[in-house]
Amino acid sequence: MSRVGVFVCHCGNNIAGSVDVKAVAEEVGKHNNVVFATDYKYMCSDPGQQLIRESIEKYNLDGVVVAACSPAMHETTFRKTVNAAGMNPYRCESANIREQCSWVHQNDEEAATEKAIAITCSIAEKVSSNEELESLVIPLTQRTLVIGGGIAGMQAALDIADAGYPVILVEKANGLGGKMAQLSGTYLNFNAAPDLLNQKIERVTHHPHIQVILNAEVSEVSGYVGNFQVKIVNSEERVENYGGDMDDSQSSPTNNHSPFTFDVGAIIVATGWEPYDLEKLPEYGGGLITDVVDGLTFEKMLAPGNEIRRPSDGKTPQEIVFVQCAGSRDRERGVPYCSKVCCMYVAKQAMTFQERVPYAQAYVFYIDIRSAGKNYDEYVQRAMTDFHVLYLRGKVSKIFQEGDKVMVWGVDTLSDRTVEIAADMVVLATPMTPPAGAVDLGQRLHISTDANSFFTEAHPKLRPVETLTAGIYLAGAGQGPKDIPETVSQASGAAAKVLQLFSHDEMTSSPLVATVIPELCAACGVCVNLCPYGARQIHPVWNIATVNSALCQNCGACVVGCPNKASQVHNWRPDQLLAMIDEVL
Amino acid sequence: MSIAYFPGCTLSTKATGYDISGRAVAQALGMPLEELPEWQCCGATFPLATENSMALIAPTRLLAQVEKVGGKVTTLCAICFHVLRRSQNFLENHPEMLDRINWFTEEPYSGKATVTHFLEILRDELTWKGLSEKVNTPLKGLRVAPYYGCLLLRPPTEIKMDDPENPTILHECLTALGCDVVDFPYQSECCGSYLAVSKPDLPEKLAGEITASARRHGAQALVTACPLCQFNLDYPQRAKDQAWNGGQIPVLYFTQLMAVALGLETAVWGMENHYVDPRYLFESYQLSVGSDQLSDEN
Amino acid sequence: MQAALDIANSGYEVLMVEKEPSIGGHMAQLSETFPTLDCAQCILTPRTVEVGHHENIRLYTYSEIESIQRDGAEGDFTVTIRRRAAYIDWDKCTGCGACQEKCPFKVFSTFERGIGPRKVVYTHSPQAVPNKPVIDAENCRYMQSVRDMQSGVIPAVDKQGNPAKPKCGACLKFCPTGAIDFEQKDTLFEEKVGAIIVATGYDLISMESLPEYGGGKIPDVVDGLAFERVLSSSGPSAGKVIRPSDGKTPMEVVFIQCAGSRDPERGVPYCSKICCMYTAKQAILYKHHVHEGQAYVFYIDTRTGGKGYEEFLNRAQEEDDVVYLRGKVSKLFREGDKVIVKGVDTLSNLTVEIAADMVVLATAVIPRASSRQIADMLGLVMDENDFFTASNEEMEPVISTVPGIFLAGAGLGPKDIPETVAQASGAAAKVLSMFQREKVTA
Repeated sequence: MSRVGVFVCHCGNNIAGSVDVKAVAEEVGKHNNVVFATDYKYMCSDPGQQLIRESIEKYNLDGVVVAACSPAMHETTFRKTVNAAGMNPYRCESANIREQCSWVHQNDEEAATEKAIAITCSIAEKVSSNEELESLVIPLTQRTLVIGGGIAGMQAALDIADAGYPVILVEKANGLGGKMAQLSGTYLNFNAAPDLLNQKIERVTHHPHIQVILNAEVSEVSGYVGNFQVKIVNSEERVENYGGDMDDSQSSPTNNHSPFTFDVGAIIVATGWEPYDLEKLPEYGGGLITDVVDGLTFEKMLAPGNEIRRPSDGKTPQEIVFVQCAGSRDRERGVPYCSKVCCMYVAKQAMTFQERVPYAQAYVFYIDIRSAGKNYDEYVQRAMTDFHVLYLRGKVSKIFQEGDKVMVWGVDTLSDRTVEIAADMVVLATPMTPPAGAVDLGQRLHISTDANSFFTEAHPKLRPVETLTAGIYLAGAGQGPKDIPETVSQASGAAAKVLQLFSHDEMTSSPLVATVIPELCAACGVCVNLCPYGARQIHPVWNIATVNSALCQNCGACVVGCPNKASQVHNWRPDQLLAMIDEVL
Repeated sequence: MSIAYFPGCTLSTKATGYDISGRAVAQALGMPLEELPEWQCCGATFPLATENSMALIAPTRLLAQVEKVGGKVTTLCAICFHVLRRSQNFLENHPEMLDRINWFTEEPYSGKATVTHFLEILRDELTWKGLSEKVNTPLKGLRVAPYYGCLLLRPPTEIKMDDPENPTILHECLTALGCDVVDFPYQSECCGSYLAVSKPDLPEKLAGEITASARRHGAQALVTACPLCQFNLDYPQRAKDQAWNGGQIPVLYFTQLMAVALGLETAVWGMENHYVDPRYLFESYQLSVGSDQLSDEN
Repeated sequence: MQAALDIANSGYEVLMVEKEPSIGGHMAQLSETFPTLDCAQCILTPRTVEVGHHENIRLYTYSEIESIQRDGAEGDFTVTIRRRAAYIDWDKCTGCGACQEKCPFKVFSTFERGIGPRKVVYTHSPQAVPNKPVIDAENCRYMQSVRDMQSGVIPAVDKQGNPAKPKCGACLKFCPTGAIDFEQKDTLFEEKVGAIIVATGYDLISMESLPEYGGGKIPDVVDGLAFERVLSSSGPSAGKVIRPSDGKTPMEVVFIQCAGSRDPERGVPYCSKICCMYTAKQAILYKHHVHEGQAYVFYIDTRTGGKGYEEFLNRAQEEDDVVYLRGKVSKLFREGDKVIVKGVDTLSNLTVEIAADMVVLATAVIPRASSRQIADMLGLVMDENDFFTASNEEMEPVISTVPGIFLAGAGLGPKDIPETVAQASGAAAKVLSMFQREKVTA
């Protein structure tokens, strides 16, 4: 007979509001494996956890059930708690009486209480026959693959390499710097930006721990956290490869025509962004009118050493209309999201234009000015007051060619007037979009992308640089539009996650994985085909199915598929499940 | 293969040229238009009030008539098309309203009719390639500006015919006829619509901007698919004191140009009642029939 | 916390110094978070608990940095930490709460932003880590009377000739472990550290500085953090949306963005960055609590740049029928039990007058009052708004101008939670990189 303790949480009013927690504790206390049951306001709080630890000692418990929120929320918390009191963590389980009970039965306290009792008893039954498991130890390759050689990828690579770990930086194009290299300057350090970027490129190129592979792409990824195998192929014809300490080639570029395969322990995805296809904006003359260009094209004209000349006839434009949200915040015709960087770069471009061209006038059509960032609002104010850039709040309806002018029709919603401007040139602030191959790459890496094809982070608030696949991290605009300071911060954040992973020579992972009972296995191979993680194979010598515990995600597909019940998951054995069902019924 | 056809009031009265030419080209293309045996006004506007049951009665009854002849109807008038397609769409998604109206009209409509514009039939069934093969008098060198107006294409979520910001359907039709198609910025600006009745000054001003822009971009004629657009653009040019080829520009229906390009006789061109007579445009073409009848008005 | 966890999880020791008695910062005050409407407490508690129990993290709460001395070129500091007297021996205290239950005196709680009370002996927040109370010496009846006796305000001997006794002392009587210690003094600790991360965060500008918006004198005009407490299920009204003046459910609530922000003349010149989103969130949550209610938002520009943010704003406007008015509010005043809001809708060019039941001011985000002092102590550079300045704001946003000192969070300038968390990990990376390098070269 087990000695299980049950701890029922009020979760403030979240549970206690519709479940009679005292009654739950009392009823569950009568269960024949339960020797102690109590309730408390917040089990996850310090005193709540203290209560659990003290009770383990006091009642000599050998199992703990915390009837509270979903195990996704606090299972780890409570397993650590019992472990601190000397209990095997896998003898502790969460009974979910919040998400699956109190929240859905808010108006029926009696039924909710009855259900909470059933749920808790069934978990108590399970705990009483849980095995004591030990964490698995997995080897770890302390080498990182960074995909993308823009500012995000370079920053992440530098932070990791500075800590002494080797980094492989793969870039699709034939040079480092990404989109930032195409910019004329940044908002706050306009002139210094190219130098700063070049310094970074220099450091990356000559860093003893960074191997840069240009013109290359990741074609295949297999393995798992700490133990990825990646195959890198030429994005075009040749692969340039220089620097690095894991390769005998030295500083001068070498050519290598065969695909590489590397073992890495962590991957940082820093694939960045691409400008929106101008041709998707025919109403703004996108792709139809030569003097209608996008923001990135205009950046090149503003770059130091270049002159501002319009594409059609090389004349210096005197009047330029900037159209913000050209495709952004447009659910029907463009993308639904805000591209975040346009308000600021348009202000920069308009000011630079007026500074370079005497008597020039810049107009900016906007919906909202989104200059949220340090010194950003002040920056846009300067464009308006010191530079007299004319800001018009409204959308542009149409842009067309009339003689050698580009006519812009729009509305100024603040004066309630329609506006017509005969401009020499139009700059469209088009959306930042993910690169074309983002979804594909996501599938290869087993990380998800959202409706707009940006990579999805593990949690939008508290895990912004991680993905749901362990060992793969995100940096930069591939995750969503962001500006340079935010990108750099995030890239360093991704590097921190890698450094944290590498801080030990091996990893531990959950022992809750599938297992095979050899006597029952007929080596039919059903599980091998069913396993979505490639964790199963038929052992060539023993002729039974085996499990790669590091790859197994404990999904249970093999358990369902196995005709002989040879595949089982630790602590979710058939006998346990039947006992749990008996409790509920 | 004949197609059920709803002419509507305007095409039976003021815009007979559109009706005559439309029926003639359909016949020539081997898909004659079969007028609905019984029809009345479509209602002329799609009701946007919250309580719209009254205004939906007319279109619902028409759709019930359509079901009696096979469930599919085509129109030429852009406004009739607009009203019928949106009504059809609305009723299909509001069965409770459909029940109410059916109870009232006592002519049950299932909610499943198909409403098409004749341009869609050309595009989707005949295809532009099929049309160009039937052309025997390509209108080479004729610079025409397609004018879409508003109601033919909007709202795009319901009409689903073409992109209202960058429409191409008329362009493609005219290209198939051999015309030189002129792009101009006002191609989907409003002509003033029914304000021609209550505030005639406004459409006159708008029409002036539209026609001037088309001329500036080198067009010899404007082409439309809407009788109200045609009237609003054509009528303000009625004053004869303007120089004939300086200040005026004919406004044609696409079916009229088709009639010319398909080599049909001038009797079915239906160009007699235009304020700016367009027939001079075709003098230089080697027409297979009726070139002697050009400019007979004066 | 994020920076500490990243470093501690890598096997290095971290000292966390927090001014308040418990960790969690402003996030502990929030109800739900945008744009997913996750409960802030639910996603924060695992972090606070993890920090609280981490074998590599030592907490110094209710503490401040007294002084810092640099011992080497980079990565060698001696830090003196002053732990304020809690008047409770935390080693003896079990966090049972008896003292708070028995304490008869209430004052306005700063954690509840003045809309709810706390006892004079109090724990900082619900689910606090560490869950230890402190005694508010200034308001404690016992300590007041001791002070009065010392200064002679209360005679040493009473009329009956008995020696005077301090008043109250309820907590002293009821504490089961004898942890109350009115004699406790501030303690100083000296620690050696290799790197410092400054993550002092933000505050909101005081409503007193906004006289045109009631100057904090109208009870039903509250700031954004106070409204978070109104919405929070652990707030003073336990999640019922009621207004402070009379406890009625407000049927019309006006939210005013840029209250003090983007106002170089009367407030701060910069944009506070988070208000557009939290106002949209609060308006949505208000509508979820009060279905029949109406929310209005006055704004200059809606700044919802961020993943899923624009979509969230659309949801507020379309699904929850929040009325967005583009314009500023000129004046607020009280009329009967209503708050009259006079503003302008620049899109219709009409002046607008709303008789609201409650007004929420999205007041400007400002640096913590103590950040100037910290900057002086550490030799950090600040901008004219007293935010810390990084060595290069664009390319090296977490590296300060002083070697070995790194920056994270809203102390650098207003930012939201994901940006703060990413940046904190960024600062951790710099520290880890530095330590790892030293380890390798040592």
